[in-house]
Amino acid sequence: MSKQLIKARDLHKHYTINDGFLKSSKKLKALSGVGFDLYEGKTLAVVGESGCGKSTLARLLTTIEEPTSGQLSIDGIDMGSVQSKAITKQLRQTVQMVFQDPFGSLNPRQKVGDILQEPLIINTSLSASERKQKALDMMSLVGLRDEHFQRYPHMFSGGQRQRIAIARALILKPKVVVLDEPVSALDVSIQAQVINLLVELQKELGLAYVFISHDLSIVRHIADEVLVMYLGKPVEQGPSEVIFNDPKHPYTQALLSATPSTNIKNKRQRIKLTGELPSPIDPPNGCAFNPRCQHANKSCKISEPVMDTFGKSRAACLALDEGRI
Amino acid sequence: MALLEIVNLTVDFATATGSLRAVDGINLTIDEGEIVAIVGESGSGKSVGMLALMGLLPWTSTVTADRISFNGQDLLNMTDKQRRKIIGKDISMIFQEPMTSLNPCFTVGYQITEVLSHHFGGKRKSYNKKAIELLNQVGIPAAESRLNSFPHQLSGGMCQRVMIAMMIACKPKLLIADEPTTALDVTIQAQILELLIELQQSHGMALVLITHDMAVVAETAERVIVLYAGQQVEQRKVKELFENPKHPYSEALLNALPERAQDKHLNAIPGVVPGQMDRPRGCLFSPRCNYAQDLCSQEKAPLKDGILCHFPLNLSKSKKQKAINLETG
Repeated sequence: MSKQLIKARDLHKHYTINDGFLKSSKKLKALSGVGFDLYEGKTLAVVGESGCGKSTLARLLTTIEEPTSGQLSIDGIDMGSVQSKAITKQLRQTVQMVFQDPFGSLNPRQKVGDILQEPLIINTSLSASERKQKALDMMSLVGLRDEHFQRYPHMFSGGQRQRIAIARALILKPKVVVLDEPVSALDVSIQAQVINLLVELQKELGLAYVFISHDLSIVRHIADEVLVMYLGKPVEQGPSEVIFNDPKHPYTQALLSATPSTNIKNKRQRIKLTGELPSPIDPPNGCAFNPRCQHANKSCKISEPVMDTFGKSRAACLALDEGRI
Repeated sequence: MALLEIVNLTVDFATATGSLRAVDGINLTIDEGEIVAIVGESGSGKSVGMLALMGLLPWTSTVTADRISFNGQDLLNMTDKQRRKIIGKDISMIFQEPMTSLNPCFTVGYQITEVLSHHFGGKRKSYNKKAIELLNQVGIPAAESRLNSFPHQLSGGMCQRVMIAMMIACKPKLLIADEPTTALDVTIQAQILELLIELQQSHGMALVLITHDMAVVAETAERVIVLYAGQQVEQRKVKELFENPKHPYSEALLNALPERAQDKHLNAIPGVVPGQMDRPRGCLFSPRCNYAQDLCSQEKAPLKDGILCHFPLNLSKSKKQKAINLETG
């Protein structure tokens, strides 16, 4: 069994929203009750529509923000019990992040060499020549050439910029990399290049990925484990092949059937999802998915479902609990 | 007779570093009630070509064509005033970003009725009923109260529906949808695509779908045009293209999809689309092509049967032999 790197149990993140000083403040539940384990060399994919809390989860994992409640341990250390700043700093090096937009996430006034060396200057006490050597090594690892060291980000194409962002994330030798929609801003042909690079790096360095995406065909390709979220709550969770071949939750089924496929020979029957994602400030009573669900009945509007095990995956659905589907 | 006929459309932009050819000799015919998809990566000229047809390009552009005719009228030699009578009424266009293509300062109702009063005359207010009807048609709940909403009060999917309602208000004969679902979630994408096809069938209008997503093409279109670096490299029926692509670029695009990968390794296309400065001398795809030979990097590729390639793939054997004989002999 490989090493457990992230253990998350029942994570919650609530934001308080002030709507003017005469009105009472509201709670926005961006994330409620998310839990998973992530092991060395494995990929966990987090999927869902916009506003489902995918990016909030990324912020918690990279310790940019603290969870409101719940337990999060990274590399065996419980984040809640950590007091000293040194350990927090250490943990931040363990988890690094690659952002969606390679045009916005790189400083246009820094050269590639400086972008890559900055994390080393802040976190290590290496000499200038050692730092440069490290940056050059990392550049060749992600497929950039030595002469790129002195160039600015605007001189690169989108795919190359994403390589720079990946190199920056890897330079502190993290164990976990959080990839927030790393290829959705790229063209199809370039997408494949970056995905290949990520797969190779994972094999070589034994990295664990948290892969946030809305593109299910890429998730199916890269993920070992899939977590489907809806309005801040996990609705289904399990090994990738189980989720894709035998989705249990009505939302997962709808999401899969809504994804267009290039297989023109056998067209699937579409499950029609009407309506849109409700606002997380004012979520519906009972199951969050009930206004859009074709299996919803009275009880779905009253009580909230919890995650239960069905076969090899886990899902939160009352219709499943009651055996209605 | 074809509804829209474009022959040899070329668009050049004057830039600080010289002339940039964004669209290079595109031919396109669209029949009434047909769905045609235009696919290509960014910079392939798919949007610019359609914007040229609409006359929406900035003054730095030069549009030339042998013929652009719509419904028997010559669009090329028309005055701007005459053209504006057709654009927005008989030909209309939906853009990628629904949030930014609506005017944030006016209500949804204002923007829809404005279109109607502009093209058919009369007071804006007199079209309120028609606007409600349109909003119902595109599936917006509580349409009557939505007339007074501003775009920022609606979600992305709803804005795109408003945009569609505006565009079908004048019952166009041709609707151009430029990446209509790229900014939307998958479940909303499915809803919008379904709506477009439904409207296409009930109104009998032709639909041009500009996209970079091969899966969207497979699910919606009948005919597809593949563009690469401003050139039209393949024009086929969708089913034929997916089963049996003839241009190496179309094949590479399909193979790069995760669905078609055999193992963890995707079949990426090496390199990037050529820019203004590094345009190859011969076939534009030759530096990235798996099948490229010496001839490809020296001479421009010929256009044959709608395929722009020296050595098209998957030809029957005798045809292939003939092609090779021709090239060598």
